[in-house]
Amino acid sequence: MSERPPLLRLADVHVRLSGSHILQGVDLTVRRGGVTALLGRNGAGKTTTVKSVLGLVPSSGTIEFTGGDGRTHRLQGRRTHEVVRLGIGYAPEDREVFGGLTVAENLTLAERRDSAHHHDRVYDLFPELEQRSRQLAGTLSGGQQQMVAIARLLLNDNQLLLVDEPTKGLAPLLVAEVADVLARAAEEVTILLVEQNLTVVRRMATDAVVVDQGRVVWAGSAPELLADPDRTRELLGVAPSGGAHTGSERASSPTTEQHVRSRRSSAGEAGA
Amino acid sequence: MSTVVLLTVTGLGLAALYFLVASGLSLIFGLMGVLNFAHGAFLTIGAYGTWWAAENIPGAGATGWGFVYAVAFGVAVGTLVAAVVELTLIRPLYERHIEQVLVTVGLSLALVALVRAVWGADPRPFPRPELARGTTSLLGANVPNDRFLLIATAIVVLVAVLAFLRFTRFGLVIRAGVENRTMVTALGIDVRRAFTLVFAIGGAFAALAGALGGIYLGSISPGQGTSLLIFAFIVVVIGGMSSITGTAVAAVLVGLVQQFANYYAASGVGDLSVVLLLAVVLLTRPGGLTARLA
Amino acid sequence: MSRNPTRLAPLVVLVVLALLPYSTLQVPGLFDGVLNSPGTLQLIALCLVFGGVALSYDLLFGFTGLLSFGHALYFAAGTYVANLALTELGLGLGAALALTTVVGVVLPLLVGGVALRVSGIAFSMVTLATAQVGSIIVLQDPGGLTGGEEGLAVAREPVPDVFIGVFNTVNKYWLALAYLALVYLVVTLLTRSRAGRVWAAIRENERRVEVLGLKPYPFKLLAFVLAGLLATLGGVVHLLLLGGSTPRVTTTDFTLSLLVMVVLGGAGSRWGAVLGGVLYTYLDSRLTDLAQSPAVQDLPAWLRVPLSEPLFILGALFVVVVFFFPGGIAGLVARLRERRAGRRPGTTPPPDGTTVPGRAVEQLREAAGRGVGVGAGQPRDGV
Repeated sequence: MSERPPLLRLADVHVRLSGSHILQGVDLTVRRGGVTALLGRNGAGKTTTVKSVLGLVPSSGTIEFTGGDGRTHRLQGRRTHEVVRLGIGYAPEDREVFGGLTVAENLTLAERRDSAHHHDRVYDLFPELEQRSRQLAGTLSGGQQQMVAIARLLLNDNQLLLVDEPTKGLAPLLVAEVADVLARAAEEVTILLVEQNLTVVRRMATDAVVVDQGRVVWAGSAPELLADPDRTRELLGVAPSGGAHTGSERASSPTTEQHVRSRRSSAGEAGA
Repeated sequence: MSTVVLLTVTGLGLAALYFLVASGLSLIFGLMGVLNFAHGAFLTIGAYGTWWAAENIPGAGATGWGFVYAVAFGVAVGTLVAAVVELTLIRPLYERHIEQVLVTVGLSLALVALVRAVWGADPRPFPRPELARGTTSLLGANVPNDRFLLIATAIVVLVAVLAFLRFTRFGLVIRAGVENRTMVTALGIDVRRAFTLVFAIGGAFAALAGALGGIYLGSISPGQGTSLLIFAFIVVVIGGMSSITGTAVAAVLVGLVQQFANYYAASGVGDLSVVLLLAVVLLTRPGGLTARLA
Repeated sequence: MSRNPTRLAPLVVLVVLALLPYSTLQVPGLFDGVLNSPGTLQLIALCLVFGGVALSYDLLFGFTGLLSFGHALYFAAGTYVANLALTELGLGLGAALALTTVVGVVLPLLVGGVALRVSGIAFSMVTLATAQVGSIIVLQDPGGLTGGEEGLAVAREPVPDVFIGVFNTVNKYWLALAYLALVYLVVTLLTRSRAGRVWAAIRENERRVEVLGLKPYPFKLLAFVLAGLLATLGGVVHLLLLGGSTPRVTTTDFTLSLLVMVVLGGAGSRWGAVLGGVLYTYLDSRLTDLAQSPAVQDLPAWLRVPLSEPLFILGALFVVVVFFFPGGIAGLVARLRERRAGRRPGTTPPPDGTTVPGRAVEQLREAAGRGVGVGAGQPRDGV
């Protein structure tokens, strides 16, 4: 594989939240083009890594982003909205669409001044959203809310998309649809994807980074990782099934996930 | 019958005052998570600004358009002070809510003390434009006109705020920010600009309430804002902390309960009933009136 | 740094303060008369009482993380109930004290029992509103009992002679000192007890306490009642010191000034809260004198006018403290000590159950933004 230029680089990034040391020196590089999958067990620090890029949690170490003009920006010390305006889109773990706003208002809100707004592209990908544009987002199903969250990403011209568990809690059919849309988006924009569903990872990831206990324990080609069941099991606690089915191939049980999610949301509040 | 009419209209007039103070409080709390104790000081500043302008600014006066200019001046000063407070004292403490509340506590003490230092602790007679001095006969009751002035102003403000929130981009940002401030910044929006804006809007409404309260009570004193503030807080909590319509409903409820109980039971009982109302609402619906409408 | 000297410090301060009335030292600038003149003793006694009341508030705010805006209610209950028991019921001091103590337990039990069912800002609002009830009742002067705005002088007959008159100021001074010592001792014992450790845990993270299987509610109620009782007793001492009750102590402004005292001195620090209360009371009194002094009266208007209002200076000072020294005096001292010990501030986590002086404010940050108990963090309907 030819070396693509780096887009996002984290070096020795530490995050401490209310007494716990969550990231303990993360080093990773996302190269321009393709999809980099950020993998790891629950509580390994995937979401915190994404949040540290956006400045949603305070971090130490170095986080650098190379913009479209080739200039490299240090992200720490910038406010979240300034980071985003460099061309970084974010779809958070729990979608976080604005339930009290209509679908159309959710999209209008996402329009950024530094970018053109591609409402046509979004409605082309998700015709359902156009039909429901006057509906309150809070009354949408989980899958439809995820479409709104992804639509917000694709509305603006971005250099990098940070997508955190886009298929979480979705029915298999919707998982496939979301994966389709992201795969199409990946043709134009680089994606850093946090994903537990290894079928989705297999489908689109070019690179993979595995974190465990706040550190990067493996980085390399995603197909190479998934081709090695022993290593996958060792790193993620689950073996990749070879198949085309989507759905239940996830890296850990729902019960632990619930637990970690509640812990994380409190950490999120602290950093919010 | 005429007593009931008079009490109702007076209660609604009081509700209008509460709404003007509480709407700003609830916008500020909803968006920023800050309970603004300095809001009473904004009210006092608006009242004294109006009073001062009526006496000292050429063109402004105690009646007619002159009085309108005086109120405009008072509101402008209140808005300016609120915006400056946000920019210089609240913004640097971004997301540090307890410290922000403490700063507003210190400000509420200092600003009111400053007004007292300049104009004394005694009440000052407030100009009453001729429009507000008369009475109107309504269903057999002679209702003082100032009540209608208060109610009309509050309705205009309510409609204007709702329209602003519904139809402007800033309004959209504020509505979204009330729901999820963090996500708004993650969409590339500098939510702090909305913070300054809601502070300025809240300051303007509080200052307007100060001027109208001056007409209603016939005089102004430095401590007036603080005593109104407590009832405005109660209105905000009953209304669900961050909902404008909820605040409007709660203001009407509180104003009417207070008037009727003060008249039919004894003076002071109305104030106590309002506190009881707060306790009942919080114990039965801890999120306030609008909690279940969400 | 050895620990013993700091541990003995409160005792040394107590002895020095107890012996102070035997000193005829003149402290120019600080006090007008010699130390044991009635005027000076009265002022210091007032400072000591409010030091104690501030510490009782710190038990709630700094040590348990409950931001009450109604602490004035219990102090006011102390002075008015004791006053009425002495003046209207004609009880002796002992019986009046017993009755007031009962009220000092029952009243916060009732209010806290209701208010603590909600948390965050809603709790603050309920306490604010209930305290307002007290203020309204006192100002309404029902049946001519409370004296309304005029306040209420205490009847002389039931009060023991040792607490009457200017010549006995020294006894009142010792009473104030005894009160402060009592509050300090009680708060020290409480914060070191098991309940104290739970309070600290509640302040830091209430949900974690629930996860451990403990119900925070009874612990919070305990803190609320104890703090209320200590404030009530402070009200009684204040009554004897002043010879009457003033409606000023029922107002929200008084609760806010307690908050100012605690934050000024350092929330979550015992000596910090006491020092804050003492300093605030002293400044409030001295700044009033200063405003009337020729030195200020001769200043140009733009300086004279603000300086004539102690509350303006104190409010502004408070804003400065919150801005630059969020830990108050105690936090500043702790920071200086850390620096002298060669550690970077904030790198060493506090041992379990202990309070980092002045950090209480920082630790409360998270809780404050959450708003109304139920439904906080959930999407709200907005407008």
